[in-house]
Amino acid sequence: MTPRSPAEAGAQERASAAAAAPWTPASAGEQLDPRTDYLLRLGDDALILGQRLGEWCGHGPVLEVDISLANLALDLVGQATLLLNEAGDGDQLAFHRDVLDFKNCLLVEQPNGDFAQTIARHLLYTTWQHILLRRLTASSDKFLSEFAHKAVKEVAYHRDLASEWTIRLGDGTDESAVRMADGLDWCWRFVPELFEVDETLQTAIDSCIAPDPRAFEEEYRSAIAAVLGEAKLEAPADQRPILGGRRGHHSEHLGHLLAEMQFLPRTYPDASW
Amino acid sequence: MSGDWPLWEVFVRARGGLSHRHVGSVHAPDAELALAHARDTYTRRLEGVSLWVVPSAQIVASDPDQAGELFEPAESKIYRHPTFYDIPDEVKHI
Repeated sequence: MTPRSPAEAGAQERASAAAAAPWTPASAGEQLDPRTDYLLRLGDDALILGQRLGEWCGHGPVLEVDISLANLALDLVGQATLLLNEAGDGDQLAFHRDVLDFKNCLLVEQPNGDFAQTIARHLLYTTWQHILLRRLTASSDKFLSEFAHKAVKEVAYHRDLASEWTIRLGDGTDESAVRMADGLDWCWRFVPELFEVDETLQTAIDSCIAPDPRAFEEEYRSAIAAVLGEAKLEAPADQRPILGGRRGHHSEHLGHLLAEMQFLPRTYPDASW
Repeated sequence: MSGDWPLWEVFVRARGGLSHRHVGSVHAPDAELALAHARDTYTRRLEGVSLWVVPSAQIVASDPDQAGELFEPAESKIYRHPTFYDIPDEVKHI
């Protein structure tokens, strides 16, 4: 084999990957069917939150927490793999899609901040995810129902752990309580998006593929209130909700996350290790 | 931060019917998180079906300076090992 410079190899492989990519971006006008769209919403949530938690690896406040966060990240990447492979070619979808085609909610792409902000994000997301998955087990779609049966146990642990940490930080020292309150305050405006139902999701709900999130908003709000009560924290004041992640309107944070996550497979598309 | 947290000894039962075995230790602020840390650190690869955590401070250990008087006398009493007897083939479960 003729030796090639990495730059040359990268350019050639990028060109051939681009030609072979089976994925037509939604931003090019392609309308996804509601089932694929739903798989991407759940799959992208798991992928992006998994990547975010992975950023803690080697930076955790203590060794035990570092391992614990990496475990949560791996669970989520596992869920993303199942969901994205059902939606299409998982690797292509994860590493060769552009930011406008990601369908994750805005909450999961928010920066880690300090440990308390990471916990706030995880509490708010996994409480929602856990209630959703419990209902998704009854989906008319065989794959989604089986997926939910498998993932719901993992996510129950995520929810418990996030709740336990919220309680300890909120009801901890003066500083930990302030940080926990700040973390919740940062994440709070992204909660309404979790309960938004647009036309595409409504179609999936109508065909019993997806549960209607509006049906469990009250359950969610009181579950969060119970944890915050135990943590001796006030629920943050409602802020102007920020929506749009499900339609590809993301915060600037997602682009930076993708740049780091996608750099290697985009530069060396056939790299293996 | 973990220096402020007490140390917990971790015991894992690998399968039903086996006893819990000591596998290591974790730092944690309290018992519940000690279990969570033990679960995340020591049972990620299907190592167990049950976990115990015990505050390390609660373990009573023998004094290394007493090792001589405690353990050395056993060295010269090899007859305590049941290897001098022929066990009949018919005797099972021994």
